[in-house]
Amino acid sequence: MVAEFHKKIKEAFEVFDHELNNTVDVREIGTIIRSLGCCPSEGELQDLIAEVEEEEPTGYIRFEKFLPVMTKVLLERRYRPVPEDVLLRAFEALDTAKRGFLTREELIKHMTEEGEPFSQEEMEEMLSAAIDPDSNSMNYKDYITMMVIDE
Amino acid sequence: MGCGTSSLRNKQPEKVVKAALVIQNWYRGYRARLMARQHYALAIFQSIEYADEQSQMQLSNFFSFMLEHYKHARKEDLVLVNRLRETNLQDLKDRQSYVELVEVPKSYDGPRLQFPLTFTDIDVLLEAFRQQQVLHAHYVLEVLFETKKILRKMPNFTHVTTSPSKEITICGDLHGSLEDLLLIFYKNGLPSENNSYIFNGDFVDRGRNSIETLMVLFVSFLVYPSDLHLNRGNHEDFMMNLRYGFTQEVLYKYKLHGKQILKVLEEVYTWLPIGTIIDDEILIIHGGISESTDLNLLHRLERNKMKTVLMPPMSVNRDQAVDLKKDKAGKIMASGKATSSNSLSEQLSKHEWEQIIDLLWSDPRGKDGCYPNTSRGGGCYFGPDVTAKFLNKYHLKTIIRSHECKPDGYDICHDGKVITVFSASDYYEEGSNRGAYIRLAHDMAPRFFQYRATSASCLSPLYQRVEVMEYSAIRILKERIIARKTDLIRAFQLRDHSRSGKISVAQWAFSMENILELNLPWRTLSPHLVNIDSDGNVDYMSIFQDVHIVKSLETVKSAVIETLYRYRSDLKIIFNIIDSDHSGMISIEEFRAMWKLFSSHYNVCIDNTQLDELAHTMDLNRDGSIDFNEFLKTFYIVHKYDKLKTPHNKFAKFK
Repeated sequence: MVAEFHKKIKEAFEVFDHELNNTVDVREIGTIIRSLGCCPSEGELQDLIAEVEEEEPTGYIRFEKFLPVMTKVLLERRYRPVPEDVLLRAFEALDTAKRGFLTREELIKHMTEEGEPFSQEEMEEMLSAAIDPDSNSMNYKDYITMMVIDE
Repeated sequence: MGCGTSSLRNKQPEKVVKAALVIQNWYRGYRARLMARQHYALAIFQSIEYADEQSQMQLSNFFSFMLEHYKHARKEDLVLVNRLRETNLQDLKDRQSYVELVEVPKSYDGPRLQFPLTFTDIDVLLEAFRQQQVLHAHYVLEVLFETKKILRKMPNFTHVTTSPSKEITICGDLHGSLEDLLLIFYKNGLPSENNSYIFNGDFVDRGRNSIETLMVLFVSFLVYPSDLHLNRGNHEDFMMNLRYGFTQEVLYKYKLHGKQILKVLEEVYTWLPIGTIIDDEILIIHGGISESTDLNLLHRLERNKMKTVLMPPMSVNRDQAVDLKKDKAGKIMASGKATSSNSLSEQLSKHEWEQIIDLLWSDPRGKDGCYPNTSRGGGCYFGPDVTAKFLNKYHLKTIIRSHECKPDGYDICHDGKVITVFSASDYYEEGSNRGAYIRLAHDMAPRFFQYRATSASCLSPLYQRVEVMEYSAIRILKERIIARKTDLIRAFQLRDHSRSGKISVAQWAFSMENILELNLPWRTLSPHLVNIDSDGNVDYMSIFQDVHIVKSLETVKSAVIETLYRYRSDLKIIFNIIDSDHSGMISIEEFRAMWKLFSSHYNVCIDNTQLDELAHTMDLNRDGSIDFNEFLKTFYIVHKYDKLKTPHNKFAKFK
């Protein structure tokens, strides 16, 4: 079981190891961890990075440090993604008028001003997939269905 | 509700903040998984590309093996060996035989060029190509001859100076992407005395407009020979073009004169300079360096003798030398030293040849040291220590190179000393990478500009772009897999003791890597390739269920078909060499002799009777000869679930 986790972690790590020297850029660690099925918040991610970084941060994370930490995360099943219905309820909480959709402006406001705000790139990407250009709004039920199928 | 619009400092209820967090959290996880899938698709494309290059190098070893053992060659083998040597020696007929014999008909409504060329001709050409017109063969040949004339006079390395008011722009691989070249000229301006450019090799192959890209570059070069610099890349090589699509493109667009164009092009390639040096501090070369790279030697050697990566110099020993001379001149020469009438002096020494290979094929890596580039099969991997030592030795500051596709179009490594620039955007597939170019001047930090030629993909959402890339990558991977079907099944069955048709994921991943040697993340890719049951075991035969090689000849065993499919690119090249009169036909004896040599060197086991049967079946009109283009066309792959609208795949068109 652990051996299989080790192999999976190694594969995920190696794909981002461009120079083939068992290190990855620290900015890619979030992507690697999430690609293994975990959903840490930004705050939780920073904690993880602190655990795998060198005492004197070099901007690179070594595989030897990453492996034990990540194995523990997987074994303890930490940072599990939320189920679909929780996600739906979250959108409904933002849709105070219960219309079944959010306007483009509303989505931008919530995602960039509250919680752990999106960067411009993240916001643009979500908009390009979520917003229907004709109505300039997002039908969140359809959106969730579409995203989940994809996974 | 507390969501009043009056106050800016209005705190949202906790419920809303929590909801936002849930969505952001989920989205970041989702997006990361998309990015990872994109990276995996890229890894697939790249490893297959490099595996192909490795095959090319293997073929090169096969040829040199044959050339070295010339003396001991059997009679049947001599045919192929002689043809190989002849290819090395062929003289280029003069201009008269080509340009003047090719007339431009009055009915031709494509672009017409006026020699000597001026900037008007650049405009004419660009406009015509935008409208998808084809430049007439007469002009193509004329441009090639003129280009060769000017290139001959240039040294191996062009020395260039810059100043704050005179920047220079450096572009990397274009690989026949005219769209990217047009975009660069649009964003950065056309070349001129005030707008210098360096194009760092690999102008052709893979893309759909290699000839147009080449023509724009050569015409621009002819108009501004001191301001537009062209470096040779590993694809400026007629043997590479045979495998990677440029040859096909030329023969398709120029049905009458394609062969002449290719012949002239062979020689033009050899006159391309191998590098540029800016302000005596920045070295621009296509691939990289090795620990033994000797810039002084590289400045001195006769670069035009580097015909192709596939024809390394024959090693000369006295006996061979004497034999050959006796052969050619009919009498014994005084000493063992090569004379100018002898083919051997038209070669580089093995050391010189390797120096150029290193320059055109090497890749930088994070690990110190210099070791053979096993992915590509040629050149080496060089580490930061090698770079530092080299730059120190020659009093240089930076190396700018290309040769590798980078997601952002450029990349910096070795502590800022090595920069990679790659200018073919969406090289593997729509959405795979951005292209980039660099502007720099003396004492100023280089500036990087990125772009994407396919504007459509900028508008489509990330998940769509990733889907397209992934689909393409898996498709190509499946084609490699089916070509090793027999070997893979054997490997799987070895581990399937209970004959259940299932093995563990670990066993499956191990077998895949063992046989295919592509260094891919098999566990992560497994859901795309095979059926996995609830216990986590792999139904290994499911990988073959929606792809198969068309078995056009019922009597021939699958293993034979697979092997021929796998080596079809190599066979194509060998056939082209044997077919010295370019008739498209080879005799059955030639086919058999060639196959025997090939299979023994490559350690391929195929029943000879099966092969004979195949050969005879291919001899359609029973006259003892095989049309090898027809022969190779019979090996193609069918994807059972091919969607009607297949994504644009750059590899598909000219392979």
